[in-house]
Amino acid sequence: MLLALAEPTTTYYLILAALVFAIGSVGLMVRRNPLVMFMCIELMLNAVNLTFVALATRFGNIDGQTAVFFVMVVAAAEVVVGLGIIISVLRRRPGATADDLAELKG
Amino acid sequence: MELIVFVIASAMVLAGALGVVLRSNPVHAALSLVLTLFGIAVHFVALGAHFLAAVQVIVYAGAIVVLFLFVLMLLGIDKSEDLSIEPFPIQRPLAIVIGAGLAGLVIAAAVRARDALPEGTPLESGGDSNIKQLAQNLFSDYVFAFEFTSVLLIVAVAGTVMLTRKEKKGGES
Repeated sequence: MLLALAEPTTTYYLILAALVFAIGSVGLMVRRNPLVMFMCIELMLNAVNLTFVALATRFGNIDGQTAVFFVMVVAAAEVVVGLGIIISVLRRRPGATADDLAELKG
Repeated sequence: MELIVFVIASAMVLAGALGVVLRSNPVHAALSLVLTLFGIAVHFVALGAHFLAAVQVIVYAGAIVVLFLFVLMLLGIDKSEDLSIEPFPIQRPLAIVIGAGLAGLVIAAAVRARDALPEGTPLESGGDSNIKQLAQNLFSDYVFAFEFTSVLLIVAVAGTVMLTRKEKKGGES
Protein backbone atom coordinates (compact mmCIF):
# COMPACT_ATOMS: atom_id res chain seq x y z
CA MET A 1 0.00 0.00 0.00
CA LEU A 2 1.52 3.23 -1.19
CA LEU A 3 0.01 5.42 1.50
CA ALA A 4 1.65 3.42 4.28
CA LEU A 5 5.13 3.61 2.76
CA ALA A 6 5.48 7.29 1.98
CA GLU A 7 6.66 9.65 4.70
CA PRO A 8 5.57 13.26 5.03
CA THR A 9 8.45 15.58 4.25
CA THR A 10 9.16 18.99 5.77
CA THR A 11 7.53 20.67 2.76
CA TYR A 12 4.19 19.07 3.64
CA TYR A 13 4.33 20.65 7.07
CA LEU A 14 5.30 24.02 5.61
CA ILE A 15 2.35 23.90 3.19
CA LEU A 16 -0.06 23.00 6.00
CA ALA A 17 1.29 25.86 8.13
CA ALA A 18 0.89 28.29 5.22
CA LEU A 19 -2.74 27.23 4.80
CA VAL A 20 -3.51 27.64 8.51
CA PHE A 21 -1.78 31.03 8.57
CA ALA A 22 -3.81 32.21 5.57
CA ILE A 23 -7.08 31.00 7.11
CA GLY A 24 -6.22 32.84 10.33
CA SER A 25 -5.39 36.06 8.51
CA VAL A 26 -8.63 35.93 6.50
CA GLY A 27 -10.55 35.43 9.74
CA LEU A 28 -8.77 38.37 11.30
CA MET A 29 -9.78 40.56 8.38
CA VAL A 30 -13.37 39.33 8.11
CA ARG A 31 -14.68 38.73 11.63
CA ARG A 32 -15.77 41.65 13.80
CA ASN A 33 -16.17 40.02 17.22
CA PRO A 34 -12.94 40.96 19.07
CA LEU A 35 -12.73 37.56 20.81
CA VAL A 36 -12.97 35.65 17.54
CA MET A 37 -10.30 37.94 16.09
CA PHE A 38 -8.10 36.90 19.03
CA MET A 39 -8.72 33.23 18.23
CA CYS A 40 -7.60 33.91 14.66
CA ILE A 41 -4.36 35.40 16.00
CA GLU A 42 -3.86 32.18 17.98
CA LEU A 43 -4.33 30.23 14.74
CA MET A 44 -1.60 32.26 13.05
CA LEU A 45 0.77 31.81 16.01
CA ASN A 46 0.18 28.05 15.91
CA ALA A 47 0.92 27.91 12.22
CA VAL A 48 4.27 29.58 12.86
CA ASN A 49 4.97 27.18 15.74
CA LEU A 50 4.40 24.25 13.41
CA THR A 51 6.89 25.75 10.95
CA PHE A 52 9.47 26.17 13.72
CA VAL A 53 9.16 22.57 14.91
CA ALA A 54 9.17 21.12 11.38
CA LEU A 55 12.35 22.99 10.49
CA ALA A 56 13.98 22.17 13.85
CA THR A 57 13.46 18.50 13.08
CA ARG A 58 14.73 18.91 9.54
CA PHE A 59 17.90 20.79 10.53
CA GLY A 60 18.55 18.63 13.59
CA ASN A 61 18.78 21.76 15.74
CA ILE A 62 16.88 22.09 19.01
CA ASP A 63 16.86 25.92 18.85
CA GLY A 64 13.59 25.92 16.90
CA GLN A 65 11.81 24.09 19.69
CA THR A 66 13.18 26.60 22.22
CA ALA A 67 11.77 29.41 20.07
CA VAL A 68 8.36 27.71 20.12
CA PHE A 69 8.56 27.58 23.91
CA PHE A 70 9.05 31.35 24.03
CA VAL A 71 6.29 31.95 21.49
CA MET A 72 3.91 30.02 23.74
CA VAL A 73 4.87 32.13 26.78
CA VAL A 74 4.39 35.37 24.86
CA ALA A 75 1.08 34.12 23.45
CA ALA A 76 -0.18 33.37 26.94
CA ALA A 77 0.83 36.86 28.17
CA GLU A 78 -0.72 38.46 25.08
CA VAL A 79 -4.03 36.65 25.59
CA VAL A 80 -4.16 37.72 29.24
CA VAL A 81 -3.57 41.40 28.43
CA GLY A 82 -5.84 41.35 25.36
CA LEU A 83 -8.72 39.74 27.20
CA GLY A 84 -8.30 42.31 30.00
CA ILE A 85 -8.64 45.12 27.48
CA ILE A 86 -11.65 43.44 25.85
CA ILE A 87 -13.35 42.98 29.24
CA SER A 88 -12.86 46.62 30.23
CA VAL A 89 -14.09 47.84 26.82
CA LEU A 90 -17.13 45.58 26.69
CA ARG A 91 -18.08 46.49 30.24
CA ARG A 92 -18.64 50.05 29.09
CA ARG A 93 -20.14 49.26 25.71
CA PRO A 94 -21.88 45.88 25.70
CA GLY A 95 -21.93 44.20 22.32
CA ALA A 96 -19.19 46.33 20.83
CA THR A 97 -17.57 45.03 17.66
CA ALA A 98 -14.12 45.91 16.40
CA ASP A 99 -15.63 48.61 14.18
CA ASP A 100 -17.15 50.37 17.20
CA LEU A 101 -13.74 50.61 18.84
CA ALA A 102 -12.31 52.76 16.09
CA GLU A 103 -12.98 55.92 18.04
CA LEU A 104 -10.99 54.77 21.09
CA LYS A 105 -13.02 56.95 23.45
CA GLY A 106 -13.82 54.17 25.87
CA MET B 1 1.85 4.91 8.51
CA GLU B 2 3.29 8.34 9.19
CA LEU B 3 1.53 9.74 6.14
CA ILE B 4 -1.81 8.44 7.45
CA VAL B 5 -1.20 10.19 10.79
CA PHE B 6 -0.22 13.34 8.90
CA VAL B 7 -3.36 13.31 6.76
CA ILE B 8 -5.71 12.73 9.70
CA ALA B 9 -4.05 15.38 11.90
CA SER B 10 -3.99 17.86 9.01
CA ALA B 11 -7.70 17.30 8.42
CA MET B 12 -8.29 18.06 12.11
CA VAL B 13 -6.19 21.23 11.90
CA LEU B 14 -7.83 22.55 8.74
CA ALA B 15 -11.38 21.68 9.83
CA GLY B 16 -10.81 23.44 13.15
CA ALA B 17 -9.26 26.49 11.49
CA LEU B 18 -12.18 26.81 9.08
CA GLY B 19 -14.55 26.36 12.01
CA VAL B 20 -12.96 29.27 13.89
CA VAL B 21 -13.50 31.55 10.91
CA LEU B 22 -16.89 30.34 9.68
CA ARG B 23 -18.84 29.53 12.85
CA SER B 24 -21.18 32.34 13.85
CA ASN B 25 -21.35 31.35 17.53
CA PRO B 26 -18.15 32.34 19.40
CA VAL B 27 -18.38 29.29 21.71
CA HIS B 28 -18.36 26.98 18.69
CA ALA B 29 -15.40 28.93 17.33
CA ALA B 30 -13.50 28.38 20.59
CA LEU B 31 -14.24 24.63 20.49
CA SER B 32 -13.05 24.51 16.87
CA LEU B 33 -9.86 26.15 18.08
CA VAL B 34 -9.40 23.25 20.51
CA LEU B 35 -9.65 20.84 17.55
CA THR B 36 -6.93 22.75 15.71
CA LEU B 37 -4.66 22.85 18.77
CA PHE B 38 -4.98 19.10 19.32
CA GLY B 39 -4.19 18.45 15.66
CA ILE B 40 -1.05 20.56 15.97
CA ALA B 41 -0.11 18.63 19.13
CA VAL B 42 -0.37 15.41 17.10
CA HIS B 43 1.97 16.94 14.51
CA PHE B 44 4.40 17.86 17.30
CA VAL B 45 4.45 14.24 18.51
CA ALA B 46 4.99 13.03 14.94
CA LEU B 47 7.93 15.44 14.61
CA GLY B 48 9.50 14.24 17.87
CA ALA B 49 8.80 17.36 19.94
CA HIS B 50 7.19 15.51 22.85
CA PHE B 51 7.61 18.22 25.46
CA LEU B 52 6.07 20.88 23.23
CA ALA B 53 3.14 18.59 22.45
CA ALA B 54 2.42 18.27 26.17
CA VAL B 55 2.78 22.03 26.67
CA GLN B 56 0.53 22.65 23.67
CA VAL B 57 -2.27 20.58 25.20
CA ILE B 58 -1.82 21.92 28.74
CA VAL B 59 -1.21 25.62 28.03
CA TYR B 60 -3.14 26.22 24.82
CA ALA B 61 -6.05 23.83 24.99
CA GLY B 62 -6.14 23.75 28.77
CA ALA B 63 -5.51 27.36 29.76
CA ILE B 64 -5.91 29.77 26.85
CA VAL B 65 -9.10 28.34 25.38
CA VAL B 66 -10.60 28.01 28.86
CA LEU B 67 -9.76 31.69 29.37
CA PHE B 68 -11.55 32.51 26.11
CA LEU B 69 -14.62 30.54 27.17
CA PHE B 70 -14.50 32.13 30.61
CA VAL B 71 -14.59 35.63 29.13
CA LEU B 72 -17.34 34.65 26.70
CA MET B 73 -19.52 33.37 29.52
CA LEU B 74 -18.59 36.22 31.87
CA LEU B 75 -19.54 38.95 29.42
CA GLY B 76 -22.56 37.11 28.08
CA ILE B 77 -21.62 37.69 24.47
CA ASP B 78 -21.98 34.03 23.57
CA LYS B 79 -24.85 34.77 21.20
CA SER B 80 -24.59 34.04 17.53
CA GLU B 81 -23.35 36.85 15.39
CA ASP B 82 -25.24 37.38 12.15
CA LEU B 83 -22.57 36.73 9.56
CA SER B 84 -24.74 37.85 6.66
CA ILE B 85 -24.35 41.52 7.65
CA GLU B 86 -21.43 43.10 5.85
CA PRO B 87 -20.63 46.68 6.87
CA PHE B 88 -18.13 47.10 4.06
CA PRO B 89 -19.27 45.18 0.97
CA ILE B 90 -15.77 44.89 -0.51
CA GLN B 91 -14.21 43.58 2.71
CA ARG B 92 -14.83 39.83 2.36
CA PRO B 93 -13.85 39.33 -1.29
CA LEU B 94 -10.75 41.44 -0.69
CA ALA B 95 -9.83 39.44 2.44
CA ILE B 96 -10.25 36.15 0.60
CA VAL B 97 -8.11 37.38 -2.29
CA ILE B 98 -5.39 38.55 0.10
CA GLY B 99 -5.50 35.26 2.05
CA ALA B 100 -5.34 33.15 -1.09
CA GLY B 101 -2.46 35.24 -2.38
CA LEU B 102 -0.61 34.89 0.93
CA ALA B 103 -1.10 31.12 0.98
CA GLY B 104 -0.10 30.84 -2.68
CA LEU B 105 3.09 32.84 -2.21
CA VAL B 106 4.23 30.96 0.90
CA ILE B 107 3.39 27.55 -0.60
CA ALA B 108 5.23 28.44 -3.81
CA ALA B 109 8.27 29.47 -1.76
CA ALA B 110 8.16 26.26 0.32
CA VAL B 111 7.85 24.06 -2.78
CA ARG B 112 10.65 25.87 -4.56
CA ALA B 113 12.96 25.57 -1.56
CA ARG B 114 12.23 21.90 -0.88
CA ASP B 115 15.59 20.72 -2.21
CA ALA B 116 17.52 23.67 -0.80
CA LEU B 117 16.75 22.83 2.84
CA PRO B 118 19.88 21.29 4.33
CA GLU B 119 19.35 18.00 6.09
CA GLY B 120 20.98 18.02 9.52
CA THR B 121 21.78 15.10 11.76
CA PRO B 122 18.49 13.90 13.22
CA LEU B 123 17.76 14.84 16.82
CA GLU B 124 17.97 12.08 19.37
CA SER B 125 14.60 10.60 20.08
CA GLY B 126 13.27 7.99 22.44
CA GLY B 127 12.96 8.14 26.18
CA ASP B 128 13.24 11.62 27.66
CA SER B 129 16.03 12.81 25.37
CA ASN B 130 13.82 15.52 23.82
CA ILE B 131 13.16 17.08 27.23
CA LYS B 132 16.84 16.80 28.19
CA GLN B 133 18.02 18.50 25.01
CA LEU B 134 15.43 21.26 25.34
CA ALA B 135 16.32 21.85 28.98
CA GLN B 136 20.05 22.01 28.26
CA ASN B 137 19.43 24.49 25.45
CA LEU B 138 16.99 26.59 27.47
CA PHE B 139 19.08 26.81 30.61
CA SER B 140 22.42 27.43 28.93
CA ASP B 141 22.09 29.45 25.72
CA TYR B 142 18.75 31.10 26.44
CA VAL B 143 18.84 31.46 30.21
CA PHE B 144 18.54 35.26 30.14
CA ALA B 145 15.57 35.13 27.79
CA PHE B 146 14.03 32.53 30.06
CA GLU B 147 14.42 34.78 33.10
CA PHE B 148 12.98 37.73 31.21
CA THR B 149 9.85 35.72 30.36
CA SER B 150 9.12 35.59 34.08
CA VAL B 151 9.32 39.40 34.19
CA LEU B 152 7.00 39.50 31.17
CA LEU B 153 4.45 37.26 32.86
CA ILE B 154 4.47 39.30 36.06
CA VAL B 155 4.03 42.55 34.10
CA ALA B 156 1.19 40.99 32.11
CA VAL B 157 -0.63 39.83 35.25
CA ALA B 158 -0.17 43.17 37.04
CA GLY B 159 -1.28 45.09 33.96
CA THR B 160 -4.40 42.98 33.56
CA VAL B 161 -5.34 43.50 37.20
CA MET B 162 -4.92 47.24 36.71
CA LEU B 163 -6.99 47.20 33.50
CA THR B 164 -9.95 45.25 34.74
CA ARG B 165 -10.37 46.46 38.31
CA LYS B 166 -13.37 48.58 39.15
CA GLU B 167 -12.67 52.16 40.14
CA LYS B 168 -13.86 52.99 43.63
CA LYS B 169 -14.84 56.58 43.05
CA GLY B 170 -15.15 58.95 40.12
CA GLY B 171 -18.30 57.96 38.28
CA GLU B 172 -19.87 54.60 37.64
CA SER B 173 -17.59 51.75 36.60
